[in-house]
Formats: sequence, structure tokens, C-alpha cells
Amino acid sequence: MQSSETYTSDEMMSIAAARQLSNNQVCFIGIGLPSKAANLARRLHAPDLIMIYESGTLGAKPTRLPLSIGDGELGETADTIVSVPEIFNYLLQPGRIDIGFLGAAQIDKFANLNSTVIGDYRKPSTRLPGAGGAPEIAGASKRVIVMLRQSTRSFVEKLPFITSVGFGSGPHDRQKYGLTGSGPVMVITDLGLLEPDPNTKELVLTHLHPNIEVEKVIESTGWTLKVADELRTTELPTKAELEAIRSLVSAGI
Amino acid sequence: MAEVVSLQEGIHDLLKDGDTVALEGFTHLIPMAAGHEIIRQRKRDLTLIRLTPDLISDQLIGMGCVSKLVFSWGGNPGVGSLHRFRDAVEHSWPQPLEIDEHSHAGLTNRYVAGASGLPFAVMRGYRGTGLDEYSTTVAPITCPFTGEELRAVAAVNPDLSVIHAQRADRKGNVQLWGITGIQKEALLAGRKSLVTVEEIVEELDSRHGDVILPSWLVTAVAMVPGGSRPSYAAGYYQRDNDFYIAWDSISRDRETFLAWINENVL
Repeated sequence: MQSSETYTSDEMMSIAAARQLSNNQVCFIGIGLPSKAANLARRLHAPDLIMIYESGTLGAKPTRLPLSIGDGELGETADTIVSVPEIFNYLLQPGRIDIGFLGAAQIDKFANLNSTVIGDYRKPSTRLPGAGGAPEIAGASKRVIVMLRQSTRSFVEKLPFITSVGFGSGPHDRQKYGLTGSGPVMVITDLGLLEPDPNTKELVLTHLHPNIEVEKVIESTGWTLKVADELRTTELPTKAELEAIRSLVSAGI
Repeated sequence: MAEVVSLQEGIHDLLKDGDTVALEGFTHLIPMAAGHEIIRQRKRDLTLIRLTPDLISDQLIGMGCVSKLVFSWGGNPGVGSLHRFRDAVEHSWPQPLEIDEHSHAGLTNRYVAGASGLPFAVMRGYRGTGLDEYSTTVAPITCPFTGEELRAVAAVNPDLSVIHAQRADRKGNVQLWGITGIQKEALLAGRKSLVTVEEIVEELDSRHGDVILPSWLVTAVAMVPGGSRPSYAAGYYQRDNDFYIAWDSISRDRETFLAWINENVL
């Protein structure tokens, strides 16, 4: 059932991302937008989504949105808690994670991500938090989904710093760098969905969210954006989806 | 065998200016009180190692205790920037801050190497990233069996490793549980160690999933109830998420930050 209710672009983004997740997938979750979307999916169609946070909490089932990747409720509701060496060396590196779910400050056309600096690395104009778990999540998860809001500040022609590799400079770089996962399969923004071209690995706009014009997405991209021949429209948020995200947010942290 | 000391004695006796100090705790059990004691004793020129710098690093950096930071994620979790860290990197205030930056997996493996008594650890990572380009503690290495190109990350062996745990007994055996992060490896990588605990009990009762650090692995234990606040100690108190949010405005401005430290730490 589609909803005639109004909704925000952030709600649309979270709902579109939640729809990409399904039951029994093992999902390594970054904090912020990905965590919100994954927790939303668990309240809707994917109650058995297996959420992994880099604090070592495996199968966390929080009732509220965690503020950090190590909130108490993540540990209390987890199937088990492992140490940080275990989560990176035993679980992520050998390819046991189905989906790596990441945010970033910036992205380029090959879905490489920057969360380190804006400007020169040695004299940055803006120092961002840095890598955290992202480089290896991007490298070793079987598939990667990225979420970030789309603007010419975040979708840039050239990243000042590559924190996490998407496809490097084209279709052969993941193999060249020895990255074992298949890389990003989708980028979800507040305007639409982008997917890598199967041959060139360059991101292509494949879906527009409802009531978003393609020109708006092109203007919000810092490179000449490729648009799919058959551009589709994301389904409107349902009443159930909107209720779920609002109850999740209003439950507080 | 671990000696039971006061926090003041522990920091005074085990840490000197110019040392490398690890303060670990992955969101949970962050040794905040020990960090405050380092500020009060005005230690200088420290190399601070911490996966997730968090508020205590922001405070140590803002008070000029740290000349080099070894880290893998420097933000206020779920909130945003660490403003004192940013001010140091972007504007050298209160002094320049050298950084040695890694991914979590990379710095984790550096601790593992340090704990193992090896000069480096091997992992699959870094290739194609800017971290590979800028870090002097990451280097290519070829697998002697398969020929795969991997990365070596240099061991860290802090002069002092500081962690916070729920309990110790009078003999100095330490017990922690919940999210235990990198604490065991950090402690074992350290040349000396100081563990602050919520309480000292007659006898440790075993708990599901706990980590026991026998007294003979620990240099000193200090009882500091609440020593992790505003982080948390499972079974004792919860994470003060409101304070993490409030820290954003406290730390944004230099004067507000200094006033807060004066009032709450010094």
C-alpha cells in the first residue's frame, strides 16, 4: 500500500536503503545513516537481519537506535560479543560478511569513499574522523552498499583522499589491489539510487526517488553523471515504512 | 604480581613525559578518569595510542599533553567531530599534533603484533588507499607461500597501557566483560600496565564471556568507581549519551573547553 503522506528526503533515503536488506544476511554496519536503515529493515521485512557492529557485537537486536557502535544495548542484545581482533581478522577478512553497509563524507564516480580529510592531507581544511573499520569493510565484504546525501560537495570528481576503495580507477583495480569482495553494488542517496555499470564500474543513476527530477540529480553531482536508459522511480514509502521510521527516531537514543 | 595503588600514584609512578601511552576501551570501559589524572599531573609530549580517540583524547590533546596521536577513527561517535583534535590538526592549537593514522583493522593488528612479541603483523588491506601512501608504519610484504601481496603493519609496544575494567580482586587479578574491544591486546603489548576498576572484591565470580587478566600480567590496579564516565561499565552504569552530545558544544570553543576542564578536571 502506497502512502499519500508527506515524508522527508532523509526518510525516503533510509527506507530505500532498508529495502535492500533481507533476512539472514550478515550485515556489517557503519554508524549513522546505515545503522538507521538497518534497524529500520529489522522492524519491517527483515527481522532476522544479522547486524554486526565493529565493537564486536554479533547479531545485535537493539530496541532503540544506538548513538555509537558500542552502546550498551548492542552488547546486551547480541548473540555474542567478540574482541576487535576477532571481528576484523576472523570474521571480516576471510569474507564471512555478506553486506558491508557504509556511509562517507565524499564519493567519486568509481564509488571510492573519503572520510579522512577535505583539502591537503598534511594541511587539511577540514579534518574528518578517518577510516575506522571502513577500508576493510569495503574491501572484504561480499557486497557493499553505500549511503550518503547527494550534493556537489559530497559527489566529487576527484577525492582529496581515498579512505576506502570502491573500484579504484576502473574495472580492474579491485583485483589489482587484492580486494576479495566484489565491491559496491549500490549507492543510496536522498535523490535516488546509483549502481555501477557492469563493464566500466562507473556509477550510473538507475532510480529516481518520487518527485525528484533527473536534472536535480545531475546538478547535485560533481562529475558528468551517467543516467540509465531505463530510469526507474523508487516506490513511494508505505504507511508502514513511515510509521516504523518515525517510531524508531522518536524512541530516542 | 599487580600492585594495588591509588590512581594518582599509578600515573605518577608509571608514566613520564615523552612516553608512549595507550588508553583503550572501545566505546565501553574507556579509562576517562586515568586520562583526567594525566591532565592533572600535566604530563607532556606523550604519544597517545587509541583506536577511537573519543572525548578523553580530545581533552588530552586540548590540554597540550599529546604531541603525537596514533589512531584509527577520531570522532565523537554518532555526534560528529572531535573539535580539540581538529583544532590541533587544522590550526596546531595548543600545539602541533603529529599523526600516525590507520584503519581499525590495521591498528588492531599493530597491537596484536605488540602483544605477540613480533615486529609486525600481516593483513590484507590498505592497498589503493591514501593510508597506504601516507603511513610510515605500513609496508608491502609478499606471502612466501602464495606470492600474494599483503601489508605488514608495525607492532606497537606502549611504555604504558591503561584500561578500565569492572573488577579486580585484592591480588590484582582483573575481570572485564561486555564489549572488551582491544583491551587484552593493548595490555599485553604494553611494557607496563595500569588497570582502573569499578571495585576491588574479595573474590572474582566467573561470568559468561568475561576476560580475566591474571595479576602476573598486570603492573598496577587502582580502584576508581565511575572511572569510565561518560562512557559506561556494563553492570555498573550506562553510557551518558547526553553528555557525548553536549561535548560537541563544550569542546567547539577553546575558552569554553578550558573552562570546562578547569571546573571538572583540574
